[in-house]
Amino acid sequence: MSKANEMSFNDAEQMGLSFEEWQLILKRLERTPNLCELGIFSAMWSEHCSYKSSKKWLKTLPTEGEQVIQGPGENAGVVDIGDGLAAVFKIESHNHPSFIEPYQGAATGVGGILRDVFTMGARPIALLNALRFGDIEHEKTKHLLSGVVAGIGGYGNCIGIPTVGGEVNFHSSYNGNILVNAMAVGLAHSDRIFYSAATGSGNPVIYVGAKTGRDGIHGATMASAEFSDETESKRPTVQVGDPFTGKLLMEACLELMAADAVLSIQDMGAAGLTSSSVEMASKGGLGMEIDLDLVPVREEAMSAYEIMLSESQERMLMVIKPEQAETARAIFEKWDLDFMPIGKVTDTERLVLLKDNEIACDIPLAPLVDDAPEYDRPYRPEELQPVLSTEQLEKDLPLAEVLQRLLASADLCSRRWIYEQYDSDVMADTITGPGGDAALVRIHNTDKGLAVSTDCTPRYVDADPFEGGKQAVCEAYRNISASGAKPLAVTNNLNFGNPEKQDIMAQIVGAVNGMGNACRTLNTPVVSGNVSLYNETDSMAIQPCPVIGMIGVIDDWTKAKGCGLANAGKALFVVGQSDDVKDGWLGCSVYAREIAGREGGAPPSVDPALEGRNGTLIRQAIESELIEAAHDISDGGLVVALAEMVMAGQCGAKITCPEGGSLHGWAFGEDQARYIAVVSDVPAFTALCAASEVEAIQIGETISECELTLAGLPPISKEDMVAWHSKTIDNLMG
Amino acid sequence: MRSAILIFPGSNCDRDMMVAVERITGRRPALVWHKDSQLDPVDIVIIPGGFSFGDYLRCGALAARAPAMEAVIDHASRGGAVLGVCNGFQILLETGLLPGTLVRNGGLKFVCREVRLAVQETLETPFLDDLSSGTELRIPVAHNEGNYFADDALLDSLEEGGQIALRYIENDPTRTANPNGSARNIAGILSANGRVMGMMPHPERAMGNGHPSEDGRKFLTSVLEGVAR
Repeated sequence: MSKANEMSFNDAEQMGLSFEEWQLILKRLERTPNLCELGIFSAMWSEHCSYKSSKKWLKTLPTEGEQVIQGPGENAGVVDIGDGLAAVFKIESHNHPSFIEPYQGAATGVGGILRDVFTMGARPIALLNALRFGDIEHEKTKHLLSGVVAGIGGYGNCIGIPTVGGEVNFHSSYNGNILVNAMAVGLAHSDRIFYSAATGSGNPVIYVGAKTGRDGIHGATMASAEFSDETESKRPTVQVGDPFTGKLLMEACLELMAADAVLSIQDMGAAGLTSSSVEMASKGGLGMEIDLDLVPVREEAMSAYEIMLSESQERMLMVIKPEQAETARAIFEKWDLDFMPIGKVTDTERLVLLKDNEIACDIPLAPLVDDAPEYDRPYRPEELQPVLSTEQLEKDLPLAEVLQRLLASADLCSRRWIYEQYDSDVMADTITGPGGDAALVRIHNTDKGLAVSTDCTPRYVDADPFEGGKQAVCEAYRNISASGAKPLAVTNNLNFGNPEKQDIMAQIVGAVNGMGNACRTLNTPVVSGNVSLYNETDSMAIQPCPVIGMIGVIDDWTKAKGCGLANAGKALFVVGQSDDVKDGWLGCSVYAREIAGREGGAPPSVDPALEGRNGTLIRQAIESELIEAAHDISDGGLVVALAEMVMAGQCGAKITCPEGGSLHGWAFGEDQARYIAVVSDVPAFTALCAASEVEAIQIGETISECELTLAGLPPISKEDMVAWHSKTIDNLMG
Repeated sequence: MRSAILIFPGSNCDRDMMVAVERITGRRPALVWHKDSQLDPVDIVIIPGGFSFGDYLRCGALAARAPAMEAVIDHASRGGAVLGVCNGFQILLETGLLPGTLVRNGGLKFVCREVRLAVQETLETPFLDDLSSGTELRIPVAHNEGNYFADDALLDSLEEGGQIALRYIENDPTRTANPNGSARNIAGILSANGRVMGMMPHPERAMGNGHPSEDGRKFLTSVLEGVAR
């Protein structure tokens, strides 16, 4: 290797490496790296690939359980769902690219997470997302929302995987840093899971899929730095997605796996060929040699550095059984995809790259993975927020006017404008699509259903990271339980600001501790996840957003419940509430923000053990057919939940309000661990509650008139509620 | 009842249609790969939805030139029945087996939602044997380019000739009946001999058994029994 190619600390710094990290590279290599080698170190040690700021805390999360087949560390988590089947799932962020180029950023986010799932041998069956945009009136929001939604639909619709659910919030803290998290769920046979660890020195390493171009070079490093005014100039670092090639690649890979030709496989996601080759070789305790002149490229004169750091989409790296090479080639030819042996597995524990008949890179693998920096970053929690009383927040307004404003607010209004741009029905197994609690997808050709939900309430996490971290898990748990499915496991996506700041690091620590606490209590281990830090622009951090994606299973999908009110004359119960409640927790609520104009304040406390008891009761009541609809109470409180049930159904509700106390606190408070249940067998249901030591109180009944009537107040018609609820995003988008 | 379903690279409703047809007829359709130029004798060829060839160039344009489509054109020229759904409809227009074209939705957005359709008074066709004119069907659509377009002369001749099979009618009072801006609310049309039909809605997604509607099953049953007679 020529001296002229030797790098300096100045070059390393430009790639986002610290002086200590540069020194460590020199020490491990015992020489100065060249451009390609430095690029590989920089990508592998980036926050995005190495989790260097969060690893210490991620290790504290529960990752084991009898249902877990594969926890974190692979392309996706794998959970046993019985009958020889496994759910394979993961959530991943594409925040930074989506802000710069919303359509392609979001589309490639979907493509990437789908590859993570089918790489494991699973056919994807559902997509979800979790999105955060700036203030709904901010000048960029309209452009970003329309681009991101079109991009998510553009990829998912074309590849033919239904987008069945998701969530979105709007808040000014996301004006300069939107969040685009995509989740994919796949189905595999539990004894036919494919892993990334390379096996067998001498076995061929095959490159398949699309050709490599100059797009997305060093994207992982971009995702590991704060934004500034110059970010827009980084547009060329955003990848371009091709869902058509993605579809062909998916079909070809699944066909190849069925043919029993694949030994190990890894998708080329963040840091492209670098991370795939390094991870495959290092996990197998082996080495790899690749001739970069053999890599299919679509641009001329690409350097070793560019080929290794490109994030061109729809590519995979595989080690195949040598005797199956021709079968494999025939399958890829059928799908008109590139299939190119580019190297071999070695036993050197080194990554050796050849380019133009010279060695372009020769580095030991251990330092790239095992010596990746891990920081115990200092953190200083902010003081806990004061508890705000109902008296401080309650406004003297008619209840109907409050309901109107809440239903029309950006965070509670109908998301129809968004989800109708997603094909939610393709594959013909969607039982409950977007717009309800959890989505429910039938396992093809079986009675089983998979329930899936994505959740997080950033304003709670901002006010109290520990409670907010617990709440994200518990809300997902409630959504899954309300459908009748048993929660099994989670994937998480930690979206935060700059971890080098002590208050941000404290948010990460608090939220991870809260998640761990709830996941342990609820027996929903974390099996996969993603971390997105540095979500800041000009030093303004986002509201922290640790998203939970949870899956659950129901053995008989015909027993699953929705939230709409279907029949009149049924008893309405609040589960998780005692009969002497005449007020509620308004601090940090949507009411406090939208009606009282006050953000912050202590959020409602979250008790995972109570959530477990109440959720179990709801599932038992659904299983025993004692209730015919259920809905969790979350943002907006009890009356917003009731309004949602009326809007989703064909009849109304008549409710008795408590005497005395605070009507608004009772109606709009966001106390946790609660559900509304439509009970068809009251004696059996109340007996079950008593036996389970779960509090439940009847608050009214369903009525044939399509309206919501609170005793002593004028009825509010479904028509009015639908009108208030349905127009906000339509009006914004025109 | 012998049926065949075509598969192009990018087709994504082929399995859904196969499941639907098998549930109705008890017999699995033959799956025909786009590179196959041979088509065994069948009572109906179904071209399913999806994004054949990624919708590149124009929706359906590349698929219309695939070897399998030559066999389908040959089958149709002998009076064989052909049903195209969504992208299948687009492909049939590109081959010229049906007249007119489908352009980008009026709202310039992909649209996935349930629509309500009315069966029209048509010329003699086996597809609608069991569905009298005026029958209403609730079936979902999911497409980007479902906006049927033709000049007035062609539209008039389709109306007069009884070639309009399905129209969108009001479903939800809060919005327009027509999800995509198609001319004269057209959702599906027939060829002049009544043996080729194209439609945007997806009947295979309205089969009951967990789907919100079973009108798609009703529709497909009429089609499959009609062509088998």
